[in-house]
Amino acid sequence: MASHRKRLRLNWIDCTVFAVLIAATAYVGYRVGSVLEYRWDWSGIWDYLYRWDEDQQRWVANLLMQGLYTTLRLAVWGIALAAIVGVVFGIMRTWRRLFPRMLSRAYVELVRNIPPLVFVFIFYFFISSQVMPLLGVEEYIRDASPGTLAWLEVLFGPPNLIPNVISGVLCLAMLEGAYVTEIVRAGIQSVPKTQVEAGFSVGLSRWQLMQHVILPQAVQRVVPPLAGQFITLVKDSSIVSLISVQELTYLAVETAVSTSRIFEVWIIVAALYFGVCFSCAVLFNRLEKRMAVRGQ
Amino acid sequence: MSPRKGSQGRAKVVVEFEGVNKWFGDFHVLKDINLRVRERDRVVICGPSGSGKSTLIRCINRLEEHQEGRIVVDGHEIGNDPKSVAAVRREVGMVFQQFNLFPHLTVLENCMLGPTKVRGLSKAEARDRAMQYLARVRIPEQADKYPGQLSGGQQQRVAIARSLCMQPRIMLFDEPTSALDPEMIKEVLDVMADLAQSGMTMLVVTHEMGFARTVADEMVFMDEGSIVESAPPERFFTNPENDRSKLFLSQILSH
Repeated sequence: MASHRKRLRLNWIDCTVFAVLIAATAYVGYRVGSVLEYRWDWSGIWDYLYRWDEDQQRWVANLLMQGLYTTLRLAVWGIALAAIVGVVFGIMRTWRRLFPRMLSRAYVELVRNIPPLVFVFIFYFFISSQVMPLLGVEEYIRDASPGTLAWLEVLFGPPNLIPNVISGVLCLAMLEGAYVTEIVRAGIQSVPKTQVEAGFSVGLSRWQLMQHVILPQAVQRVVPPLAGQFITLVKDSSIVSLISVQELTYLAVETAVSTSRIFEVWIIVAALYFGVCFSCAVLFNRLEKRMAVRGQ
Repeated sequence: MSPRKGSQGRAKVVVEFEGVNKWFGDFHVLKDINLRVRERDRVVICGPSGSGKSTLIRCINRLEEHQEGRIVVDGHEIGNDPKSVAAVRREVGMVFQQFNLFPHLTVLENCMLGPTKVRGLSKAEARDRAMQYLARVRIPEQADKYPGQLSGGQQQRVAIARSLCMQPRIMLFDEPTSALDPEMIKEVLDVMADLAQSGMTMLVVTHEMGFARTVADEMVFMDEGSIVESAPPERFFTNPENDRSKLFLSQILSH
């Protein structure tokens, strides 16, 4: 499109805002230092990201990076599963028959009107006592060949923690799936009814209509809210630290306690979360623009 | 146009309405409709807005449900049996006032969707067929564009091609030119006249009386939910029997 960029220009308002921001940051830093008598000490804290392993003679991920990897795995699987849950329940929400509509509505209202933490505690109890034995994850891992285990480690992290990670993924997916359901429902209902009539008049069945006409258009419309929800999912993944899933927040607590460098650790953790979420936002933004171009 | 008057008595009845009534809530939209359309008939339905014309043809492929009476299309009675509704929708094409193309698909994909998913054609077969009908509505060069990039007249011609790709036995037109700019009306009407020439059974709701006069072999005039008059065009336009038809014609033909 337009090849020339807007020139970046600072006027006096921008300068004032910058000055105020810098002053405020400096003041907070000063107060933390003087009033709390907090002694900043950044040395050595970086070892908790990566540490030098003498035995293997290479850098290996330490607690915080291990946590970040687990968080990323939780996010990827959580998003995939929440998307599936959301699409299925979202379609049910627009069903003609009462029962699927009611079931889906009940699920959405239940999740949305209970604090996420409470939901996770209750749901985790259900998962750990019922779902995990049913899935037979632990037996599967115990009997898996070394080749399979290597793959599992890439996909889900260290084998001994896999049941743990899967519990976390299920909790997150059920939690965020409710919000995705509402987004999908809104997307489906935003497709004009005339599209349904056009689809019927060329002979499509309800399923074909949903698959080829309604859903593609609905997805195009819900990319922005969906992107927001997926970023929320990444942040909400810290909730499952409370059911001992060893992701970033959980390991950050451990690190902060054991090193007693509370601010340093949490600032690093905040930066890591920010990096992940912001990259996601940029990525979704690109995707959105590309879809907008394709659908004129 | 074609000398089919004498053969009309023998041609098969493909659409039949028998004592059809329909209500929207308390509003009685269709009142005791009786109508027979034979194979290769070109029926034009006219009347003031709100007279139930669109509702009538939308009952044929069950976009609207009727509450009383019988509608039989191509041997299938339209009712709660989803199989017969599906069968009818396969054989009945429809063109809408607002075109209703699928905006996320290209022109070609719009035309291929029905044939591949419903008729089970291969992609290659469906593509050939789509190009053939796009040529017939005179826009094969637009095949790879999206509907939003086309003019209204072009979109409506694509909509006609999309229906024809299903090779329907009956075509329904619901005010196909009402949403078009005047200079685009002719291109759509020309395509419809061609189609009539080829022997397609057509039911057309339109206000284009010039088109009706040259193409129709039956005029149906509706008012307040009833069929008031039904006659061949030469009689309907020169010597309408009913007072309401006279009034409508004087209003619509006066300029």
